[in-house]
Amino acid sequence: MLEIKALTRLHIGPISINLAEGEVIAIAGASGSGKSVLLRAIADLDPNEGQIKTQSGVRADMPAPEWRRKVAYLPAESGWWADTVGEHFKAPDDADLASLGLSPEAMSWDVARLSSGERQRLALLRLLEHKPEVLLLDEPTAPLDAENTALFEARVKRCIASGVSVILVTHDPAQATRIADRHYVLEDGQIKEVAHV
Amino acid sequence: MSEYVELSYFDIALASVFLLLNGALSLWLRLGIARNLAFAMVRMVVQLLLVGLLLKSLFAIQSPWLTLLVALFMVGFAAREIWARQERRLKGWRGLAIGGTSMGASAGVVALVALIVLVQPEPWWHPRFALPLLGMIMGNAMTGVSLSLDTLHTALNREQRAIEAQLLLGADKWHAMRPFIRQAMRAGFMPSINAMAAIGVVSLPGMMTGQILSGVDPNEAVKYQLMVMFLIAGATGIAVILATLGSARALSDDRDRLRIDRLRKAKK
Repeated sequence: MLEIKALTRLHIGPISINLAEGEVIAIAGASGSGKSVLLRAIADLDPNEGQIKTQSGVRADMPAPEWRRKVAYLPAESGWWADTVGEHFKAPDDADLASLGLSPEAMSWDVARLSSGERQRLALLRLLEHKPEVLLLDEPTAPLDAENTALFEARVKRCIASGVSVILVTHDPAQATRIADRHYVLEDGQIKEVAHV
Repeated sequence: MSEYVELSYFDIALASVFLLLNGALSLWLRLGIARNLAFAMVRMVVQLLLVGLLLKSLFAIQSPWLTLLVALFMVGFAAREIWARQERRLKGWRGLAIGGTSMGASAGVVALVALIVLVQPEPWWHPRFALPLLGMIMGNAMTGVSLSLDTLHTALNREQRAIEAQLLLGADKWHAMRPFIRQAMRAGFMPSINAMAAIGVVSLPGMMTGQILSGVDPNEAVKYQLMVMFLIAGATGIAVILATLGSARALSDDRDRLRIDRLRKAKK
């Protein structure tokens, strides 16, 4: 569950929207319309105004790190701070890795030698370790081929089935149709519901 | 035993012959630095002559307030120098204040302790002791602080994505910035460590050389130099730690965000 009330950041907002548990919305919009700005603001990564809450409470009432574990943002380009993949995980799960077409050996790989597709799948897995209540996905499958996109979507759908709400920013109308319950377009700082992105 | 040899202005003019020769060579080789060289040389001559006059009258007047005023002027100038030496600076007043107060406070406290407890001139604030001591301590603290802030700001800016990746996984700001804070502090400490390692073998420090040239017993000069080196290294370390933590704090906020938007790139 995610309730956003009058969220404002730079030229974006005020935006209000509610997502039920396990509900998915897709947001499209021209590049530069502020889709990433919106997701960063929800994750509280940039200064912003507005009230947001999930089932576990109001954002302003909890420390920002706790909020970000519950409302997990997957940026379009992931960041890595250590040399090997394994250092970025708490307790890597072999079955989880396999579900995204990765072998357990991935934990010993050098981050510098990862393909953009491997980075993206690993970044999703490391985010899911914290059992988020909400996922904010920013063009998540842009670097993935068709096969890995299917694996990625299947993994996200498992989260949705367990009650995770998702905001999906995507350029791919087919993907929006496959995953999202409602569709929006971000334009002039406001989101408008549309039949189809 | 003191056998001080006074220099005439003619001696000094003679000493500049080698530098003038450099100027002629650089013109001939078209290095394009003749103008800079000439300007720096004239600037040095004017600055040192003026400071000589200033110190002479300060010693004659012997006013604590005037001494304090000169000390504050030195702090302000050094603070501006720290600011100028960073490629990316904090916007607004904090860009000048964090480096300046860290350096000024730690150099000031260390110089006060040195005057009141160690050297004990009469009176303790006598400009002949206070100003050179403060100058030596602050010159080094200034270098350390500007190196550490430059390193910190460059690293935070370059590693924004890696730092935010940790924040997004629920790390707090100090945890996410820690490697870069350490890197910045190390950069600030290096000149002191290198100076202590090379001193006496590779380099004979200027103060000690000066004392020996003016007839002081080398053992006494060494004692002074040791004291000054301890004070310099100690004050620089404190200043570096304060400035780095202060700047890291200013570049993050209470919602554990990285605030790179508070940095501005210096105009070239």
